[in-house]
Amino acid sequence: MSIASIIGQALVLFGTFFYVLSSLGLIRMPDVYNRMQTATKSATLGSLGVIIGVGIWAIGEVGSYSWIPKTLIVAVFLLLTNPIAAHALIRAAYKSGVPLWEGSIVDRYKEAESSLERVEEIKEKLEEPSRGVEINE
Amino acid sequence: MGETSKISRYLYTVLILFIIWLFLTGSLDPQEVTIGAIFALIVGALTDEVFTERGLGNLNPKRVLYFTAYIPYFLWAMIMANLDVAYRVLHPKRPINPGIVECRTVLTNNVGKLALANSITLTPGTITLDVKGDRYFIHWIDVKDKSVEGASENITKPFEKFLKVIFE
Repeated sequence: MSIASIIGQALVLFGTFFYVLSSLGLIRMPDVYNRMQTATKSATLGSLGVIIGVGIWAIGEVGSYSWIPKTLIVAVFLLLTNPIAAHALIRAAYKSGVPLWEGSIVDRYKEAESSLERVEEIKEKLEEPSRGVEINE
Repeated sequence: MGETSKISRYLYTVLILFIIWLFLTGSLDPQEVTIGAIFALIVGALTDEVFTERGLGNLNPKRVLYFTAYIPYFLWAMIMANLDVAYRVLHPKRPINPGIVECRTVLTNNVGKLALANSITLTPGTITLDVKGDRYFIHWIDVKDKSVEGASENITKPFEKFLKVIFE
């Protein structure tokens, strides 16, 4: 067995370990937000390990160097798109009103949202009398 | 953001597309390279408007240098993040202390903000929930500082020093 095979296998094993952690996290975490934390991070690193590991493994096993550039580019695209998907999911969860876990200590987003609403309400109130004046004239 | 010439944008797009082609085919056979070059030229002409704003300005040596330095830093941060998550998942008492905090950023460029949001999502215990202007709303699995300044210091500062040079 060549060194490349061993490195590749080690990387695949490393990736699989993080996959296991990721699924374990899905069960153990209390709410959707914390579950997303484990699901995105560990799954991304796990995929990177497995994908690049396969590329390096192929060098040792079949002596082919054409796998590694492909796996690298797959890894790069995964790294670029995975966090965007996670962001879309967690934002959708928040917007559809999934509550935070009761142990959560702070929610700045809610504060910011409600303060924005208040600003708009005040603006509307300020505009109303001026509109009334225009109609009177 | 200054107006970049169409030629510069076009050349940059073609270059990136051609590099992706080389990686995907994984061979330097003249036939493959020629057909790749032709397709890169055609697709580049159709997509340079949406693909890049700055064109060849992205290949400024300083930017490339910072980008190269950013990759190992980012991978290291990512591995640490995963070990952190592993500790929280495997610990019997589940030591989490979650909440949503607000951060400010000094980045003004859209691509830079996207890169920062992505970096935040993949590193220690944080996921970007929403971005409004320069305000980032971040779900943090272990809130150490509730204030805007403290959170920014902890979450966005380490990445900004790289991303500022790369994208601004």
